[in-house]
Amino acid sequence: MTRAATIAAMWIALIALPWWLPLIGGYTALGSKVLIYAIATMGLNLVLGFTGGLSFGQAAYFGLGGYGAGMTLKYLVPSTPLAILIGTLVGGLAATILGPLVMRRRGIYFAMITIAIGQLFYFVIVRWNEVTGGEDGLAGFGRQDIHLGNVVIPLTDVNFYYLVLLCFTVAVAVMWTLLQSPLGHTWVAIRENRRRLQFLGVRPERYVWASFAIAGFITAFAGTLNALLFNFTSPQDLHWILSGDFVIMIVLGGMRSFFGPLIGVIIFVVAQDYLSSLTDNWMTFIGLIFVLIVLLFPRGVFGIFDRRAKIA
Amino acid sequence: MSAATAHEAAATAAPMAAPQAAAAWPFLQMVNVSRRFGSLKAVDDVSFDMAAGELRAVIGPNGAGKTTFFNLISGLLPPSQGRVIFDGEDITRRSIAHRVAKGIVRTFQITEILPDLSVFENIRVGVETARGINARPWIGRGERIAVNRRIEELIAIVNLTDKARRIVGELAHGDQRVVEVAVALSVGPRLLLLDEPTAGMGDSETEHMVDLVRRLHSDQGVSVLFIEHDMDIVFGIAQRITVLDRGRVLADGPPEQISADPQVRAAYLGEAE
Ligand SMILES: Nc1ncnc2c1ncn2[C@@H]1O[C@H](COP(=O)(O)OP(=O)(O)OP(=O)(O)O)[C@@H](O)[C@H]1O
Ligand SMILES: [Mg+2]
Repeated sequence: MTRAATIAAMWIALIALPWWLPLIGGYTALGSKVLIYAIATMGLNLVLGFTGGLSFGQAAYFGLGGYGAGMTLKYLVPSTPLAILIGTLVGGLAATILGPLVMRRRGIYFAMITIAIGQLFYFVIVRWNEVTGGEDGLAGFGRQDIHLGNVVIPLTDVNFYYLVLLCFTVAVAVMWTLLQSPLGHTWVAIRENRRRLQFLGVRPERYVWASFAIAGFITAFAGTLNALLFNFTSPQDLHWILSGDFVIMIVLGGMRSFFGPLIGVIIFVVAQDYLSSLTDNWMTFIGLIFVLIVLLFPRGVFGIFDRRAKIA
Repeated sequence: MSAATAHEAAATAAPMAAPQAAAAWPFLQMVNVSRRFGSLKAVDDVSFDMAAGELRAVIGPNGAGKTTFFNLISGLLPPSQGRVIFDGEDITRRSIAHRVAKGIVRTFQITEILPDLSVFENIRVGVETARGINARPWIGRGERIAVNRRIEELIAIVNLTDKARRIVGELAHGDQRVVEVAVALSVGPRLLLLDEPTAGMGDSETEHMVDLVRRLHSDQGVSVLFIEHDMDIVFGIAQRITVLDRGRVLADGPPEQISADPQVRAAYLGEAE
């Protein structure tokens, strides 16, 4: 199959998901979860796979998006679109403000500072329990019907899935455009050879910042949808364990390819869903799958289709 | 010769420059520059002038300080002492980006490329940088066409048209070095610093590179300063040669003068022949 045909098949499968997923024992909300994680990991992959920055604390922005959305619904306005907008801004601006702390670091130091910042937000959310619900998480809000003029769209599981699919489409279009742009080319050049770029007169730091900030907005966007999916969000959504899971998903699918993270998310979420109903040690199996895939496909599962980064 | 016209153009373009006694308006000037690494003086009180339009070689034995000398010009390292002046401006403390904007562009002794990208993509980064559009999060059709045209043009200049879509990391060593030169050329250098452009190349690759350097100098009007160990190349194309030895300038002049210099013969050429 050509690349275009593969991608067309993927969209058809996604649009038809509410029909076929139940037939194989899944449920629509699982589809929503996959797409939400796909937005988050593809956003993270702008930094990780395309700019070469080991952002290991990305869940922080996912969680901030979730809390931003949940608290908007709970304390401010009963509006789903506003919840998504405000949550995205909260998480994205947090990444933007902290970007300067991150942008000069490289390799393991980049990883350490991003984890540290992530844990900082985690503790803020846990400690600020009058407002955030602390360890117990934030409940008591629900996604609201969407009003389009006179039309009211109730956010049933299936309708919510289509809202998520719409958001996924928008996010994909934005990320695709970015990676085709000079900014995206600069990111890839930073990953490939920072020194070469410096000696072309480019200062890599501000581009790393842009990458980190944009990834923050996209991950936060996904986080808002995650809170709306469950009508709940908890400190686990900011925890470094989730950050690590994001990275594992990306590596599973292939961090050099645009849609690689989606494949990784499918493997991870499906494995998690099925395996955790069979055994408490499901994480061991994920680990096993991870090791096997890394050994068999060093460029991730998507690497089979795509011998190298097509988006460069 | 085009070197002379380029030189005159530079002289009229910068009338405020202090004229050097009988010499050309100094395009690149190093004034008593030193660079120490601990107790080692890798570059030791070097003074150096280069006119616009020159094709100049820097030679010297291993460890003479040639690459360090380039690092001081390109801004990779600050000098311990002395001043670096380019086109009338003291750039001693200026950033790499500032120097590139002024036209100082370099290649490296160990090839620095974007290995997982194609030839086209390598050069694209330079072209987009030269057009000042690096930070743009989208690109319009017109701009894209202009960028692509310029990339094709550069690829044609370096004779890599048939390899434009190949991944650079998978090319032969010689082609990789040519790509690095093309990338350097893409940002519009006025002074191109080439650190051993033919290092590790076979005969035909070397010939291709030498021809390229010569054409960049004569057709593109780029002033070129290159480090080279191969004396046939140095004496074949350089208009002027600077000899470094243990961080110091041992001799400096046209090829005839260098080959006749007894000190150079003793310290360097004698060993090399
Ligand atoms: N960053 C550095 N730190 C410490 N010492 C250095 C550094 N760079 C160069 N040197 C030392 O300075 C001296 C000059 O090195 P340089 O690389 O400039 O020589 P070169 O003339 O380019 O040699 P070659 O022909 O082998 O490339 C050497 O003794 C080298 O070990
Ligand atoms: Mg050297």
